[in-house]
Amino acid sequence: MAEPRELNPSELMHEYLRPKKKFPHLWCSGCGIGTTMGAIIRAIAECEVDRDRVVMVSGIGCSSRMPVYVDFNTLHTTHGRPLAFATGIKVARPELEVIVVTGDGDVAAIGGNHLIHACRRNINLTVICINNSIYGMTGGQASPTTPQGKIATTARYGDFERAFDLCSLTAGAGASFVARGAVYYARQLEKLAAQAIRKKGFAFVEVVSQCPTYFGRFNKFKSPVEMLYWQRDNTVNVKAAPKMAAEELEGKLLRGVLADHEYPEFTELYDKLIADLAKEGEK
Amino acid sequence: MVAVRFAGYGGQGLLTAGLILADAAAVYDRKKVIQTQSYGAEARGGVSRSDVIISDEDIVFPKPDRLDLLVAMNQLSVDKYTSALAEGGTLIADATFVTTVTFPDYYLIPFTQLAREKLQREIVANVVALGALIELQGLVSKEALAQALAQRIPPAALNVNREALEVGFEAGREAATARAKAVQDYDIV
Amino acid sequence: MVLMQGNEAIARAALDAGVRFFAGYPITPSTEIAEMMSVELPKVGGKFLQMEDEIASLAAVIGASLTGVKAMTATSGPGFSLMQENLGYAYMTEVPCLIVNVMRGGPSTGLPTHPSQGDVMQARWGTHGDHPAIALVPSSVLDCYRLTVRALNLAERFRTPVILLPDEVVAHMREDVTLPEKIDVCDRELPTVPYEWYYPYDDSTTDVGPLAPVGTGFRFHVTGLTHDRAGFATTVPAEIDRAVRNLKRKMDRFRREIIQVEHWNLSDAEVVVAAYGICARSAEAAVREARDRGYLVGYINLKTVWPFCFRLIQRVAETARAIVVPEMNLGQLVREFDRAVCGKTQVVPINRVDGEAITPRQIVDVVTELARPGEES
Repeated sequence: MAEPRELNPSELMHEYLRPKKKFPHLWCSGCGIGTTMGAIIRAIAECEVDRDRVVMVSGIGCSSRMPVYVDFNTLHTTHGRPLAFATGIKVARPELEVIVVTGDGDVAAIGGNHLIHACRRNINLTVICINNSIYGMTGGQASPTTPQGKIATTARYGDFERAFDLCSLTAGAGASFVARGAVYYARQLEKLAAQAIRKKGFAFVEVVSQCPTYFGRFNKFKSPVEMLYWQRDNTVNVKAAPKMAAEELEGKLLRGVLADHEYPEFTELYDKLIADLAKEGEK
Repeated sequence: MVAVRFAGYGGQGLLTAGLILADAAAVYDRKKVIQTQSYGAEARGGVSRSDVIISDEDIVFPKPDRLDLLVAMNQLSVDKYTSALAEGGTLIADATFVTTVTFPDYYLIPFTQLAREKLQREIVANVVALGALIELQGLVSKEALAQALAQRIPPAALNVNREALEVGFEAGREAATARAKAVQDYDIV
Repeated sequence: MVLMQGNEAIARAALDAGVRFFAGYPITPSTEIAEMMSVELPKVGGKFLQMEDEIASLAAVIGASLTGVKAMTATSGPGFSLMQENLGYAYMTEVPCLIVNVMRGGPSTGLPTHPSQGDVMQARWGTHGDHPAIALVPSSVLDCYRLTVRALNLAERFRTPVILLPDEVVAHMREDVTLPEKIDVCDRELPTVPYEWYYPYDDSTTDVGPLAPVGTGFRFHVTGLTHDRAGFATTVPAEIDRAVRNLKRKMDRFRREIIQVEHWNLSDAEVVVAAYGICARSAEAAVREARDRGYLVGYINLKTVWPFCFRLIQRVAETARAIVVPEMNLGQLVREFDRAVCGKTQVVPINRVDGEAITPRQIVDVVTELARPGEES
């Protein structure tokens, strides 16, 4: 196998996908998941992680189908539970590089409890949450990140509930690393994913994505491209934000690294305990 | 086969008393033993009990049908479990808290008061009771009891528990003497 | 010889059989197992995790097992209900693991500190869809040890979750036991083929294909969706049919190896008492007493409740006048007895749901009534 860095972008994709096995994929045209998958693959290649060591774990939903298509160790689990499965894998074999791919419904609704506890526990996992603000796989129902007032098949009169800010949530729950990217900014997304993979500790990356089939159609976006423009016009690079006026930042989502801390990592603490007990045993 | 029940409030150390007796009988006296327990949701308070069956033969059903001995650390346990005592059984109750007994064969000994006054530690009342039980009823050898105690009690608390056992033996002897005297007096009358 | 608690024996057996991963959530009356594992596992290089709930606990166990580590969890009724989701996932993905469910009174929160045998059917049919099930029930502290080892061996051998179902009495009682000096331990089969030839659900040569540990170069896919032999979701009817039937087939084919039943005095028995768990202890005491009094009574202790020992019960039905089935529930396993005997003999349940164990007296009363000599003529 050639060094991944020497491959051109399309060769790189081909190298890391399972082209013979599972294509064509099931995502709609205009969906943001494919772009995100590309960014993740480039990030893994950039970090030079041996693919035999990479475990991609997902739950249920459109984004959670990603493991089918990538040539790593892949685990498609139950709805909302990928973090718990990933926790078991990583604690049992800390040498593996465990990446969780999930969606807003998967990780913030049914898996919300696992999310906050994974942040608190601080195991060296990377979580990429593709947030399209809706349940795509089941046909467009409201999710915990559907903005207030927006339309979904279970919120025909507009959603009453407030949306979660997933980055504030995970930062508040104690994640070591929190970042937000957007599909429109695919290059930045790739960098954020790479940073998350390199980060020792629990790393969470929210990807602002688009679901043209449901969210877009219900909420008067004329095309996927228009949804991408929305991302361009409504997100601000966190580095640029300090120089901007308050009214310019009004209603905008910050993109970039939003939290980066050094906390003791769980598997390291546990390995130290094992070593200490072994020493004690020798005595 | 002998069935013993320790009963009282949760936190009075009934389970520990049962475990020490069971350990002494099984591990050190090589008897067949089964210990079961029943307790409420309360870590402290509520009614908790620990049953120990000691036998020379295999014990098939682990729950005692009838009790030979009931060690009751409060009135509630006396009221609740006296009816489970077999004819010819014996009730040993903590006189610190128990005022009324309705069973013919009983000993009332102030375990908690003894623990408080002689050892300044109410918490070892269970071991005082255990000592009195063994002094009065035998059941296991004192050597086995001492070994089991050392096994179950953390080193830091072992001395006070050993003293508690002695206080219990002493209280048991006194209770036995008092009863013998009472029987004698009765004969004279 | 030691004085040991049922839960302690389970933890000890798990460690001796090579369990090196435990994830769980505290719940009475199973907590002692988690507490002991948290102390002992790091001493032998194993890992213990207290998760946020029982759903996560079993998920972590399955994840760990996929990496090739022997893994288990322990819980009780309410927690076992939560585990049903990922229990189904483990059946579907054929990942070995041990789930200990210490049975307490239900439904719902029920009786946290009192025994029952109310989860027997849940252990069989608790998770949705057609699936096999292995459930073992110990009736002594020594059983707790032996059956834990056996449960782990069956899990590894057949690539399936196995359920150990002690009741609260057995889990909490202490007995003098002499543990076996040596135990037979079975480890899962590993693939020997080149990476690109590996199919995680290949049943072409054996009923149970080898399972490659994640991270060792095989890079396969695992999904709870109905999958083909490569592990990828399928909607092809023939492949779906094969996948669902295969799960059952491996259990059917090896049922004689899986089912373990202790029985005696069956050949001349007019009445047979068939029980499991703590009720088997009551049954044993009752049968001994009835025999001493001259009644022809036999004894069956179902150490394996699932798969159910149909053939044995069918045979018993040919000769016995009645089968008495004491259970600490309102009649769960007794339905299997009814199905097995097909009306050939009388099946008499004894049920108790007041949080207390069925006593030998209760069984003796029923047995001596049924086995009264000369009643038939």
